[in-house]
Amino acid sequence: MSILVDDDTRVVVQGITGGEGSFHTEQMMEYGTNVVAGAVPGKGGQEVKGVPVYDTVHEAVDEEDADASVVFVPPAFAGDAVFEALDTDLDFVVAITEGVPTQDMSKVYKRLSETDTRLLGPNCPGIITPGEAKLGILPGNIFEAGNVGLVSRSGTLTYQVVDNLTQRGIGQTTAIGIGGDPIIGTDFIDALSLFEDDPDTDAVVMCGEIGGEDEEDAAAFIAENMDTPVAGFIAGRTAPPGKRMGHAGAIVSGSGTGTAESKINALNDAGVPVGDTPEEVADNIEDFL
Amino acid sequence: MRLHEYQAKEVFSDAGIPTPDSALAESVDEVVEAAEGIGYPVAVKAQVHVGGRGKAGGIKLAEDRDEAEEAAESIIGMDLKGYTVEKVLVEGAVDFVNELYVGVTMDRGEGKPVAMVSTKGGVDIEAVAEETPDAIAREHIDPAFGMHPYQARKAVYDAGVDSDIAMDVASVLTTLYDLWENKDASDAEINPLMVTSDDEIVAADAVLNIDGDALFRHPDLAEMEEDSYEDDLEQMAGEYGFDYVRLDGNVGIIGNGAGLVMTTLDLVDYYGGTPANFLDIGGGAKAERVTNALDMVFSDENVDSVVFNIFGGITRGDEVAKGINEALESLDEIPKPVVVRLAGTNAEEGMEILNTDLVQVEATLEDAVQRAVENAEEEQ
Repeated sequence: MSILVDDDTRVVVQGITGGEGSFHTEQMMEYGTNVVAGAVPGKGGQEVKGVPVYDTVHEAVDEEDADASVVFVPPAFAGDAVFEALDTDLDFVVAITEGVPTQDMSKVYKRLSETDTRLLGPNCPGIITPGEAKLGILPGNIFEAGNVGLVSRSGTLTYQVVDNLTQRGIGQTTAIGIGGDPIIGTDFIDALSLFEDDPDTDAVVMCGEIGGEDEEDAAAFIAENMDTPVAGFIAGRTAPPGKRMGHAGAIVSGSGTGTAESKINALNDAGVPVGDTPEEVADNIEDFL
Repeated sequence: MRLHEYQAKEVFSDAGIPTPDSALAESVDEVVEAAEGIGYPVAVKAQVHVGGRGKAGGIKLAEDRDEAEEAAESIIGMDLKGYTVEKVLVEGAVDFVNELYVGVTMDRGEGKPVAMVSTKGGVDIEAVAEETPDAIAREHIDPAFGMHPYQARKAVYDAGVDSDIAMDVASVLTTLYDLWENKDASDAEINPLMVTSDDEIVAADAVLNIDGDALFRHPDLAEMEEDSYEDDLEQMAGEYGFDYVRLDGNVGIIGNGAGLVMTTLDLVDYYGGTPANFLDIGGGAKAERVTNALDMVFSDENVDSVVFNIFGGITRGDEVAKGINEALESLDEIPKPVVVRLAGTNAEEGMEILNTDLVQVEATLEDAVQRAVENAEEEQ
């Protein structure tokens, strides 16, 4: 089984006519994702890879009965694109776009709280249920269906850890990249609680990184609420204080919280083993299964 | 993007926040001229992007012409935490009785802006936040509505600001919030907001950091960006548009995606090496970007060995391989051994293209890092 997406998910791609949008629509469809429509203002009536394009998300949802969207819209317009998706009451919106202004996301986040829609991202690789569907840019060929859930703040680190799992024959229920931005929709706790409720997920990998306090919060959640075992990984042990390492969130203030050490300690205290290497994460998962 | 104090003060002053008389200067003569114009005493303040300027000797008070000259001579050209001081702000010193703090920032945990006021201004406010969090009044703002005037008043009264000046401080806070919002700031702060004996308030310092992702909406602010780098390599990274951090080790690291690159650094450390840098080529990099990345890392004379760790998602292995070939084939001699690990999208195509006479190839992240650490040890 899976969480959030499967082969019944009917997807509209916002920004389908752009370079990234069209390339990844093709990739998603090759993987088996049910892409039913595209939405791009002014491009209604066109087709991309055989998929009908509509001018508005409302039209796409009404005509094709979509229940999820993937946003490949450039940063300047991405906030508005997510607002549009939220206005159509889709179940699930995945925002891939990197570089969305934080104040735009703050407004989106406020609106999100007034809807029943779940948002993943922005600045994330998306989500994949191996063998069924992927919404986003993850390389499908490294994933394999199985019984381990994965949630990560970093895209490429997700691929790395999945590869370590798949190489030794451990498959995944669903893998979720939540993104490294300061304000995101679905967070660690949301994903962990979905995995906890999924009867087919027998263990979970959680990949975090320096900056913010989301991993510490997740550790407290795991200790309180989870029976499913979790194995952790934290990137950025060697990061010097005060420097920003790529992701907006990946900065260490030097004030004690947000460091790799504080996150590893919090996870260990919650009974979560934290691997020193991705290979060790796979070892820890193997021990759970 | 960080604005200098003098730039932030300009923006604040234009919005109606009172600031001291001031002038920018780049030489001793200009400092003296500015000081004579403003009238003594003046403060001479280094305009560089580092915190704790005062303690580091970057801010000096001058009571007369001799002291102004002395301050200018010691500050202009000085090295302040790795940055050379080129400009100073000469500013009329404020005779104050109290120092307040006001600020607006994004509370990432709450996903909404927060306005802050404290009567413990003039000091390191982060230390105040840590040691006596109750000394800072906080008011979360609904980003859809902006800050209501009552919220500014509430924050000011909660902080215990004297009632004689409370309404003026609330008005400054409201202006600061509007600026924060309209300029797409990540932080807008005044520390200290000085209170004079006749109940005037003056912004004696100014911080305005703009969200780099929103600069496309603010060409006027983007123009104010003054690049300042710790060294030539960081400048090179800025020109190439890389996320780059120089470190003090000798294993050069290039990868795609912040999380994976940080993990590569951690593994270098884990296997007994020391990372020379963090370099993220970003998503979807084309060959030229990869060539630039190698050029950068080879330019660091501390680097004894290089590891290239690519796990393609949106980035394609064949493009990366082309870039590595182009970079290495253009050299008469490859200065340091390069280990390449390619996985993910088009990795197989990449491995076919890659000129393996010029690089060492490893299949896993762990093997690649260990080999790079060994190479670094041998080179030393």
